[in-house]
Amino acid sequence: MKAFRFALKQIIPFLFSYLFIGMAFGVLITEAGYSVWWSFLAGVFIYAGSMQIVMISLMTSGAPLYMIAAMTFFVNARHIFYGIGFVDKFKKMGWKYPVMILTMTDETYSVLCSLDYPKDLDEQKVDFYINFMCYLIWIFSCTVGALFGKLVPFDLTGIEFAATAFFVTVCVNQWRQFDSHIPALAGLSSAIAFYFMLGPANFILPALSLSLIVLVVMKDSVNLEMRGVNVDH
Amino acid sequence: MIIDFSDAAVTLIVVSLMTGLTRAIPYLLFGGKKEIPETVVYLGNMLPASIMIILVVYCLRNIDFSAFPFGLAEFLSVALVIVVQYLKKNSLLSIILGTACYMLLIRTIF
Repeated sequence: MKAFRFALKQIIPFLFSYLFIGMAFGVLITEAGYSVWWSFLAGVFIYAGSMQIVMISLMTSGAPLYMIAAMTFFVNARHIFYGIGFVDKFKKMGWKYPVMILTMTDETYSVLCSLDYPKDLDEQKVDFYINFMCYLIWIFSCTVGALFGKLVPFDLTGIEFAATAFFVTVCVNQWRQFDSHIPALAGLSSAIAFYFMLGPANFILPALSLSLIVLVVMKDSVNLEMRGVNVDH
Repeated sequence: MIIDFSDAAVTLIVVSLMTGLTRAIPYLLFGGKKEIPETVVYLGNMLPASIMIILVVYCLRNIDFSAFPFGLAEFLSVALVIVVQYLKKNSLLSIILGTACYMLLIRTIF
């Protein structure tokens, strides 16, 4: 129960952004003529906000399947980078292993990679609660959005900024915690460079890839700067 | 409006499978019995610092720099989050203030 409460506290910032984005998806997909079941199933089986919204237009476009597959791959390929640090940890989780893999999102990743576990809590339980609660909230939001989205009496535009704000706080914490700022600066400069070269739709994969290459090339200097610091995930 | 549900169903299945695949790839590559290569362990530790900053840029990617307000609401709110987080080290406080600031700015000034 303590692990559950701790996990719940960690995901509070995302309650709002998940609710808002999930409900926005629900409204959009019902406006496109699909019933609440489609919204529910998309939440259950896809569980990726921007991709679900892109999918609405793909469903009616008549685009060939290989195009849909390729597009999905590139929109979501950033997930590949999220798993790298968690293979060893999740592998030991038994039946929860596939659940942990398939419920990793931008948001749960950012929580899990920056978490300070209290000593008396079971880390595996905390990780599972975080991922699974976020997943349930997402399904709930997609479904409720499709059912009642248009009835929300107040204007919540902008509440999704909570996710951006959370990512910023993680960056600040990491900046303080890491002795080497090469990883952060590599990420920032490659993101900005590719953003202006390739535009908002295409910059993220090249930026992630370049950062990875920079980190591999500069491994010795990063390790030297990080020496004596424990970055144990 | 007439909707072809089999088309939509196939689309949903393909999108689901491909999304799942992107999540599974690192585990398919490194999840076996063998020891994980040292460089991958190193990347697992250091890459988050690069990824999180890229995610911030990703969140701000739809700012229109060619027209007023040039993303000022976003940049001011991000700056507020950085300052509050730096001074107070309280994530929830930083997030609430930053989000409130953003929601206020897009309704009033910008």
